[in-house]
Amino acid sequence: MTPHVLMQALALVFDPYVLLVIFCSALFGLFVGCIPGLSATMATALLVPITFFMPPVPAVAAIVTATAMAIFSGDIPGALLRIPGTPASAAYTDEAYSMTLKGQAEIALGAGLVFSAIGGLFGTLVMIAFSPSLAEIALKFSSFEYFWLVVLGLAGAVFIGNSSVLKASISLLLGLLIACIGLENPAGHPRFTFGLNELMSGVELIPMMVGMFAVSELLRYVTNMDPPAVIATEKIGNIFAGMWGLLKKYRWPLLRGNILGVIIGIQPGSGADMASWISYAMSKKFSREPEKFGTGHVEGIVESGAANNSSLAGAWIPAIVFGIPGDSITAIAIGVLYLKNMNPGPTIFVNNPQNIYAIFLVFVLANIIMVPLGWLTVKIATKILRVPRNILMPIILLFCIVGSFSINNSVFGVGLILFFGLVSFVLEENGFPVAPAILGVVLGQMMEENFITSMIKSDGNPWVFFTRPIAMWLAIGTIIILFWPVGTWAWRKYRGTPISTEAKAPQA
Amino acid sequence: MKFNDAISGALLLALAIAVLVAIQSFPQIPGQNIGPGAFPGLLAVLLAFCAFILIFRGLKERAGERWVVFGAWLRSLPHLRSFLVTVACLVFYIVTSNALGFIICGILLLCAMMWTVGTRPQIFIPVAIVATLVVHTIFYKGLRVPLPWGVLMPFAW
Repeated sequence: MTPHVLMQALALVFDPYVLLVIFCSALFGLFVGCIPGLSATMATALLVPITFFMPPVPAVAAIVTATAMAIFSGDIPGALLRIPGTPASAAYTDEAYSMTLKGQAEIALGAGLVFSAIGGLFGTLVMIAFSPSLAEIALKFSSFEYFWLVVLGLAGAVFIGNSSVLKASISLLLGLLIACIGLENPAGHPRFTFGLNELMSGVELIPMMVGMFAVSELLRYVTNMDPPAVIATEKIGNIFAGMWGLLKKYRWPLLRGNILGVIIGIQPGSGADMASWISYAMSKKFSREPEKFGTGHVEGIVESGAANNSSLAGAWIPAIVFGIPGDSITAIAIGVLYLKNMNPGPTIFVNNPQNIYAIFLVFVLANIIMVPLGWLTVKIATKILRVPRNILMPIILLFCIVGSFSINNSVFGVGLILFFGLVSFVLEENGFPVAPAILGVVLGQMMEENFITSMIKSDGNPWVFFTRPIAMWLAIGTIIILFWPVGTWAWRKYRGTPISTEAKAPQA
Repeated sequence: MKFNDAISGALLLALAIAVLVAIQSFPQIPGQNIGPGAFPGLLAVLLAFCAFILIFRGLKERAGERWVVFGAWLRSLPHLRSFLVTVACLVFYIVTSNALGFIICGILLLCAMMWTVGTRPQIFIPVAIVATLVVHTIFYKGLRVPLPWGVLMPFAW
């Protein structure tokens, strides 16, 4: 990183407009995360139509900030209502709620906030340290290696999840088939357009995401029959009291959570919710007082609260370096980068390094302002939780409509949100996860291009995919992922009972 | 609405076959053995394979289970109504927004949605009007999205 580039990046971020965008999206993220039923992924999907009208750096800044905030503030309804605000908080919701019942709501929320920020900063540091050198390696990759990388990413999405591998594979294949629609293929032949001109350039990504992540959640809201939850406490004390003591007492679990979070984030297909489940289980296993877990003990919150935020930054590493998203949030973000002609991949470090460093700076900034803004959100949390959802949800629907209309100024976009909203609602009702589909859509074109290019280069001989040195290692990596289910199975066996909230929660 | 896996599988198999049929009409590229149909064809074959396993699994698990299990919300009238109203609102917007204009459509749509999820009229009517105008201002004035005026065209501001 040359000083010149750093100065450029600083100038890009410390622009009043960008700072305003960061501030507003922070408030938006905190608000959305705090409302049960509105996940961090939905926050991103709702933001995307607005970012469509922004230059690249503020657009990405808005997404980065909003998701970091939403992942933290998902802890708030977890602690006060026993409903995780986002799936990433589900792992320790019971723990936080028990603490609230013991009159320790401020400790649970304080730990969530402070250690989320630390986790986020740690993940960011790892990202800053490793992305440029990874990008240098990636510059040497040819179509064979890229093909394997995409397959590796997609295999991760299918095999490292909570749902059935078969159903995840089907969801992925459906996503890849959707990516085939339109003219944008190596042969330039219009495929599966059903005679619709609007489909010639493929299915518009933004309306599709709004449909899959926002409209489907609205449908789930209107069909939800659970009785309204009761706020457990009105009084929340000083959330920063005693945090220094916790930091000293739990420094090792904290470090472990940070590292685990980044690793899980980097692994394509697994995001913040996986990170927090695994690190909660890990925390319990290595704790000196495992018997206290589940009775309102803060240790697990420290570790997995840090892990879910550090995984957010981790997920951006493959997204920026290879253009391969680590979870559905980065998949949406990558879609935005492509729309902004800021194609992710190693060359971005050569051609537009200032943009990348600006994104790194936004990560740092977002995790720092999370502390004061998060404090404020906790202060008014009991009021936010009372925001009548029977008014909020209809307004969100109107917002989805306008957002999808504005991409091409055509009601075709509204048709797409209806179609994809219904499809993903039915898929999730039947146990098909939606996250692999969105990864498939985003990566489909890249996969096909690299596959066809490689096949043409090798005169149709598929063995070349295995004989080039780096390609061979990537192939081995992919095969290891294919055997990952055995590992997950063993871990589930160890954990004991299956978790019901996990099955119900949408894949974030 | 939960389908037995065999039904989901059969639907997916039909989709895979449809794709395979569709790619037959794709042109070949002279001098190359890989045309535009190769990649979707590969995907369709994989999808068909997965669909077969799903059908097999569904049939095995079916013993005593019904083909389609209706979720509790489908039997509860208010929830079913809310679901249908949500879908109808989107269809309504697609069909009428050009003629009626965004503002009228938006207000009607918000009223219908808020009514179905149980908001009282004395609240939802003013909220619907204010929210539509706010959204209109943000997107029409702020982001310059040409939202249709429809019948309000003579009063456009």
